[in-house]
Amino acid sequence: MRIGTLKESYVADAALFDSRTQHAWLAIAAALLLLFPFVASDYWLYMACLVAINVASATGLNILTGYTGLVSLGQAAFMGLGAYTVAILQTRYGTPFLLNLLAGGVVAMLGGIVVGIPSLRVKGLYLAIATIAASFIAHFLFANFQITGGTAGLSLPPARLLGVDLDTSFRLYWLIVPVTLLMLLGAANLFRTRIGRAFIAIRDRDISAEVLGIPLLRYKLLSFGLSSFYAGIAGGLWAYFFRVVTPESFPLSMSIFFLAAIIVGGMGSILGGILGAVFMTMVPELLKLVVDLLPGGAALAVFLSPVRLVVFGALIIGFLVFEPLGLAEIWRRVRRFFHLWPFRN
Amino acid sequence: MDWAYLFEISLTGIASGGLYALAALAFVMVYKATRVVNIAIGEMLMAGGYLFFTFAAMWALPLWLAIPAAVLACGLLGAVIERTMIRPLLGEPPISVFMVTVGLSSVLIGLVEMVWTADQRRLPEFMPSDPIMVGDAFLAPKVFWGAVVAAVFIAAVLLVFRYWRGGVALRATASDQAAAYSVGINVPRVFSLAWVASAMLAAISGIIVGSIGGISSSMGVFGLSVLVVVIVGGLDSVLGALVGGILIGLVEALAGAYLGGEYKLLATFVVLVVILMARPYGLFGTHEIERL
Repeated sequence: MRIGTLKESYVADAALFDSRTQHAWLAIAAALLLLFPFVASDYWLYMACLVAINVASATGLNILTGYTGLVSLGQAAFMGLGAYTVAILQTRYGTPFLLNLLAGGVVAMLGGIVVGIPSLRVKGLYLAIATIAASFIAHFLFANFQITGGTAGLSLPPARLLGVDLDTSFRLYWLIVPVTLLMLLGAANLFRTRIGRAFIAIRDRDISAEVLGIPLLRYKLLSFGLSSFYAGIAGGLWAYFFRVVTPESFPLSMSIFFLAAIIVGGMGSILGGILGAVFMTMVPELLKLVVDLLPGGAALAVFLSPVRLVVFGALIIGFLVFEPLGLAEIWRRVRRFFHLWPFRN
Repeated sequence: MDWAYLFEISLTGIASGGLYALAALAFVMVYKATRVVNIAIGEMLMAGGYLFFTFAAMWALPLWLAIPAAVLACGLLGAVIERTMIRPLLGEPPISVFMVTVGLSSVLIGLVEMVWTADQRRLPEFMPSDPIMVGDAFLAPKVFWGAVVAAVFIAAVLLVFRYWRGGVALRATASDQAAAYSVGINVPRVFSLAWVASAMLAAISGIIVGSIGGISSSMGVFGLSVLVVVIVGGLDSVLGALVGGILIGLVEALAGAYLGGEYKLLATFVVLVVILMARPYGLFGTHEIERL
């Protein structure tokens, strides 16, 4: 509870964004997002789209892992389900892309619910390992089914909206970023409802949650479903962004990437999912920049991918050991410091 | 149905299951003593293989020196991991520690690719290469000797942890930490011991696995099969690790022979899912899973 934020009505108390400062910041952020595509170069637009896709998927994982306390290493596989659904619908039936996206989300959701069924009997680490199994089984299905194009994968035409092909980063930005924002808003609001509160109760102590009258199985499956719905939509956006989907596009290391993103960002916080995904997506780019600046950069380029792995792993370990609540907690501390600044030392 | 072929395949499966059992033993040791699920077990195997490669192939040390050196170096690595990453998280939820090992596996893969590049390497040959015949069935010599070495080490480990003081301390800690403390066992040191011993076992199985199939930075996939082995056997059961290892080795060999190589991992993971659904604590594990 912060001081200096006086509430006079329940509506104000329950509001998603409760202070004027927050409103101001949101307005600034919205303006920046609107202006960004007109000033940024192609490279930064490309990065922005990638970041937005990762934010969407990380937020989904955050619902499951951060808020419900079920560790999943299958997020990439669910993205793959979404991406393949979109690709198949687009290439075979040519249905409108918004419908495809939605279908991708729904198929991934069904996949997630199936994978979540072991949560009926096992939890914690066992479940995490079951999700690894799921991601390998998914990879096998992608690589060996006729309809998914085997190991060669599928390539799909650009999405069409109102007669415009969404084939450049600039055009895709207007699809990907709004969809991501919508999903973020949905996630933020989810935790003000009965369902979201139930997730948090399950995370904090599942037995107490059961005693409070929360049917565990149903809510755990719901959490799996929602999380993989997010992953499916993100995967669909991914498919439209890269326009080629192969079984190798969604490896286990991608799931670890998302897990790292929410750990670094802060589990159980929407802002954490955003910060983490932005941070983790930018880290490899920063590494590239550093390598370019170093003398003999070209020779060092071969080290880029292993260094990335090391940095990812080190970030996971470092944040878990030193700052388990992640970037969101750092951000919260900074905000606290400035909240009554300069009237408090 | 070709019975001789089936016999041959099964034999290979059981022999390679011995390797799974050794690696699974390394996993179970850490889990029993510290309750840490070490998902980086495959990467520790890989570290052992690469250390051996460095000593034996790059520095050209003789075998009798290179193998112990690699095992000791890997043990040191285990100690460092325990001290810097696992111990600060004592008392944290098991999920956090689990995710630390996920990070660890990523770090190890990256380091290996940095130092030795991602190319596949071959370890120097040191096992006899005369073909082994069991009845009419042919068994690849490397696989056979690998299984023999694994069996020897498994027996040694079992004996050591039955009779040696440190081994008794480890088992005491595993069964009740508070009681172990109260009879004067230095529990944090037992944790270190468990990690060191586990890393050394991992190094041994890494050397064997590497000399059979070569080493590469994606060797950690072996660790995923090991995870399946320990889950099938029961996370905290030594007997489970042995039986599970042989079982999974058999399943993989049969799936590989009758369905095709790409079905190997699929078959193991299907076994895993079935076990998780039907008997989540594994064949011999403690029935401690809360069912809700």
